[in-house]
Amino acid sequence: MKKNNYWKILITGLLKENPVFVLILGTCPTLAMSNSVTSAVGMGLAATAVLICSNAVVSLLRKFIPDSVRIPCYIVVIAGFVTLVEMFIHAYLPDLYESLGVFLALITVNCIILGRAEMFAGKNTVGKSVLDGIGMGLGFTIALLCMATVREVIGAGSFAGIPIPFMENYKIEFFVKAPGGLMVYGILIAVVNIITKGKAIKKKEFNCAGCPSAGVCNGGCKANEAKEGE
Amino acid sequence: MDTFKSLVAILLTAVLVNNYVLRQFLGICPFLGVSKKLNQAVGMGVAVTFVMLLATAVTWPIQVFVLNNLGLEYMQTIVFILVIAALVQFVEIFLKKFIPSLHKSLGVYLPLITTNCAVLGVTINNIKDGFNFGESMVNSLGCGLGFMLAMVLFSGVRSRIDESDIPEHFKGLPATLIAASFVSLAFFGFEGVVDNLFA
Repeated sequence: MKKNNYWKILITGLLKENPVFVLILGTCPTLAMSNSVTSAVGMGLAATAVLICSNAVVSLLRKFIPDSVRIPCYIVVIAGFVTLVEMFIHAYLPDLYESLGVFLALITVNCIILGRAEMFAGKNTVGKSVLDGIGMGLGFTIALLCMATVREVIGAGSFAGIPIPFMENYKIEFFVKAPGGLMVYGILIAVVNIITKGKAIKKKEFNCAGCPSAGVCNGGCKANEAKEGE
Repeated sequence: MDTFKSLVAILLTAVLVNNYVLRQFLGICPFLGVSKKLNQAVGMGVAVTFVMLLATAVTWPIQVFVLNNLGLEYMQTIVFILVIAALVQFVEIFLKKFIPSLHKSLGVYLPLITTNCAVLGVTINNIKDGFNFGESMVNSLGCGLGFMLAMVLFSGVRSRIDESDIPEHFKGLPATLIAASFVSLAFFGFEGVVDNLFA
């Protein structure tokens, strides 16, 4: 029974609560890094590494961090691991470092990572938090890979830099550029909607309930929503 | 005159050609979240521009005079995010106490900006591109204005989507994303404009 429970946590992140297609978190890196398969996988794995480490540390410290300053503490932990990963990639994978550019440092403010620290790691044991980190991280990587495959095959006629014989003569550059990213993302979410008959997407619109930064903004957006309702 | 020219070029590039939201995908969350109504879009845009300018004014000297001097360049990410978070809190407290009317209109947007990747992105990019202090400030202003422009344009597009008849599964987020794709496509028209303007 217990083993089953752990397995469930891992699978939840991969499919049922996929951060990109179901929870709609981390949209910025998803859109920016999915124009080629190589950078998508690089981004996904870098974020996974940060997510596992930060989940583990946040969960270890969950009894020592006072509730009122938890968000700044989480941010420092995350920023520390981002710096580590950044130095590692700079040293061993300089090409990937170039293609990820500023988005590598921006993993710090990726809402998947802060969101999981706030929603999961701050309340669960280390083992569960690490598993959640692995599940969510791989879910993010797989979603990025799906999007990047669509965009690179249609847009550049290649897969991970290797040209595909027939496709490379008919590439539609629109898909590797910025507007193509938004369009492919929209269509993929609609496809997930169709497959699951509209049950999967938790967040039809962006609002306070689904926002991982809700803890950061002290209900600022709630006030905003109330204002909107007037 | 030449410095003026280059500053104008930086400003226009940041607003039109390298638009942060539509070309570089920084700050997508507030772009999709707060663009439902025109007045909210303007409020968020003003708040982001203000915080970007302030963050640049503080982080640029820190990077150049403190981190570079001490050989601590690798601390950039940690220091910048902490400085921005502290700054936003401070501005909020300051406005609440001394300019309550401004706090009422901008205050609700401020806390949302702390973890906005556009603000951290612009401060890091200023250092990466090797801008001096003046250029950095102009670039931040341009990025903020570009963000506001995108928000305002998109709030207009969105009010039309809400009233139109779209397939069931595309309702909500997918339709919004596809509309954003077309707005982004429109911005491709500006490619090369700035280079030719000063040629």
